[in-house]
Amino acid sequence: MSVLYALLFYVATVIFVVGMVMKIRQYWNTPAPLKIPTTPAPTTATGVVFRMAREVLVFESLFKSNRWIWIFGYLFHVGLALVTIRHLRYFIEDVPTIIMVMQPLGVAGGFMMIIGLIGLWTRRIVVERIRYITNPSDHLILLLLVMIGFSGMMMKFISHTDIVMLKTFILGLFGFSIHDLPLDFPLLVHLLLVATLMIIFPFSKLLHAPGIFFSPTRNQIDNPREQRHTAPWTRNLDKL
Amino acid sequence: MADFQVPEYREYPGAPIPLQEGATAHLKPFLAKPNHQEQLGFPGELVENWEEKAIAKMGDLLNRYRSLRVYMDACVKCGSCTDKCHYFQGTADPKNMPVARQDLMRSVYRRYFTLAGKYFPKLVGARDMTREVLDEWYSYFHQCSQCRRCSVFCPYGIDTAEISMAAREIMDSIGYGQKYCNEILGKLQTIGNNLGLPGKALESTLGEFEEEIEEDTGLPVKIPIDKVGADILLITPSADFFAEPHIDGLMGYAKVFHEAGVNWTLSSYASEAANFSMFIGSYDNLKVVAERIRKAALDLGVKRIIVGECGHAWRVAYSFWNTTAGIGSGGDEPYAQALQKQLDHNYPIPQHICEFIWDLIQKGKLRFDKSQTDWRTVTFHDSCNVARGSRMGNYPGGQFDIPRNVIKAVCNNYYDMDPDTIKEKTYCCGGGGGLLTDDLMEIRVKGALPRMEALNEVVKDHGVTHLAAICAICKAQFAKILPYYKFPMDMIVSTHQLVSEALVMTGSTQEEELDEE
Ligand code: SF4
Ligand code: SF4
Repeated sequence: MSVLYALLFYVATVIFVVGMVMKIRQYWNTPAPLKIPTTPAPTTATGVVFRMAREVLVFESLFKSNRWIWIFGYLFHVGLALVTIRHLRYFIEDVPTIIMVMQPLGVAGGFMMIIGLIGLWTRRIVVERIRYITNPSDHLILLLLVMIGFSGMMMKFISHTDIVMLKTFILGLFGFSIHDLPLDFPLLVHLLLVATLMIIFPFSKLLHAPGIFFSPTRNQIDNPREQRHTAPWTRNLDKL
Repeated sequence: MADFQVPEYREYPGAPIPLQEGATAHLKPFLAKPNHQEQLGFPGELVENWEEKAIAKMGDLLNRYRSLRVYMDACVKCGSCTDKCHYFQGTADPKNMPVARQDLMRSVYRRYFTLAGKYFPKLVGARDMTREVLDEWYSYFHQCSQCRRCSVFCPYGIDTAEISMAAREIMDSIGYGQKYCNEILGKLQTIGNNLGLPGKALESTLGEFEEEIEEDTGLPVKIPIDKVGADILLITPSADFFAEPHIDGLMGYAKVFHEAGVNWTLSSYASEAANFSMFIGSYDNLKVVAERIRKAALDLGVKRIIVGECGHAWRVAYSFWNTTAGIGSGGDEPYAQALQKQLDHNYPIPQHICEFIWDLIQKGKLRFDKSQTDWRTVTFHDSCNVARGSRMGNYPGGQFDIPRNVIKAVCNNYYDMDPDTIKEKTYCCGGGGGLLTDDLMEIRVKGALPRMEALNEVVKDHGVTHLAAICAICKAQFAKILPYYKFPMDMIVSTHQLVSEALVMTGSTQEEELDEE
């Protein structure tokens, strides 16, 4: 079992990393030939950095649009961030104090994540407009995330797993040596689902994460009159 | 008056709208004739293996436009944009929800360009490119005015306009284009304007306007055309030469130019600011049309270029002219330099007519008699393309302030509409994006609902009598649809019509009367 899981994580990591690198490279290499920032837009690069930061850190556009989606979406993402930070202690030999101090926050994050997800899911089922645009895959991704959250919470509150053993297993993976994994059901489910998430990431709507940084309506500077903006293929069409 | 029902004002415009599947599936514009298609370099009619060709074209566009590439992938179906489109609000057809409109293409994208869609089409809602899909595309991608309201509210800035432009380009490339846009673009490229008005006809029309202004002011105000050596080239939508209330705006510009004492001209070769190439997503045509203006500027030797009141034209001029034709500043390539070294970069290039006049007003160069417009109470309609696709002045949001400042400088009675319906959240008039054609009347009327509701509110609350605009399409659309909502058609006015009404020109009869009092 330990070997199986070790392999699973190697495969998942390779798919995730290679998939994301290829996608990001594709986004990077595709030109944005025209200036299309949604105005009013910043007129300087610093301004764009701030705009992007507001989008990524507080979901500014969503906030303007729909308070419910914002609340649930924000709860989920902040929860996820806190949980991720909490998990760092399983990956680092000598855990820095800051991560230790943040452990309880990570638990709160778990609750935020699950509440957010259930809120979003409820809206997806109850609000007719959102139900209309939903595909089966949208439900499955929610199911996956909710189950990751639940299986994780189970280990915290119901059936603890041997954390020391788990950490030995994980740190072993970095050195390509396979140690025993505690064979607890919630842990095995949790790890399986996380690996699944990593595998589907580069092939699904989860690409919104890198995508937002490449969105021309958000990342372009509003200066088309001052600076001529071109792409290689548009320059090729310029004939004197 | 119509063979469809004009929507009723909603009691709570924010309340959820029960979906009516297929409510406007029957609406589609006339198909372009072979000659309309061919003159733009598209196949005359639906090509044989169009399914394959369409997919190949989609692949080509995915490689050329980062917007399309990222937007196909990034949508999480959060639903934030679903109730933001005026066409959805006016029709309740779920396919008019921005994300559902994108999904018409995204479903095909997923089928042919993603692993998930290749192997699990049902799971991710992927579809083959079939006749039904094409029909849906033709219908619903012509029920999008590319106003970008949805993109304001999307957490990733997904712009449905980019997707409907790409869809139209794909349809054009397989011989399935829209008559209205393509026919007009043909006229523009052969004659010089959307109307197909030749230079001679134009000259005589302008002569009539000159007489009218002289009668009114007692001054020999000129509207020069093809004047070599002029400093300023005015590029304005050709509707300004013949339609109401556009004409009054044009006479307004002429009076302002005269009063400012500048040396300006129109061009018969480039007698059109509109550039419908944007609506059909065709970079090639966008460039061909913009290059007419480049050529006119070079031939006439002008130093500045000013653009008249038109929404999408201002977006094209402001955002795309520099890229497509080197009309602007800061271009190093020889192609851009050829024109740019002749231009005077102390002024913005291109400059919006509202920027030009606001500058004069701030310098105290114009005199107004605001009592002349006291019989009006005015509100302002932000054109979608100006609001969300361009700028005026030197700070973000200048496009909202400058036209309002100009109106307030000439009118005492001004009120804004509901803040959720103006500025960056403005609603399209309902006729933008290549929809301003009689064969799409139903969607135009229905799509105007949110704007009409907001207008109705200020009419009731503040006694607003006139709706000012800075867009040829908005003006034509409102003149047509206001009566459907029981407003008089002459409620819509040009912004420079208001300027013209209040302007007191040096040496004019108005000045004499005013100074006698
Ligand atoms: S661009 Fe405008 S018309 Fe098109 S879907 Fe978005 S809101 Fe609707
Ligand atoms: S707001 Fe953006 S991400 Fe959300 S459903 Fe609409 S297009 Fe998709």
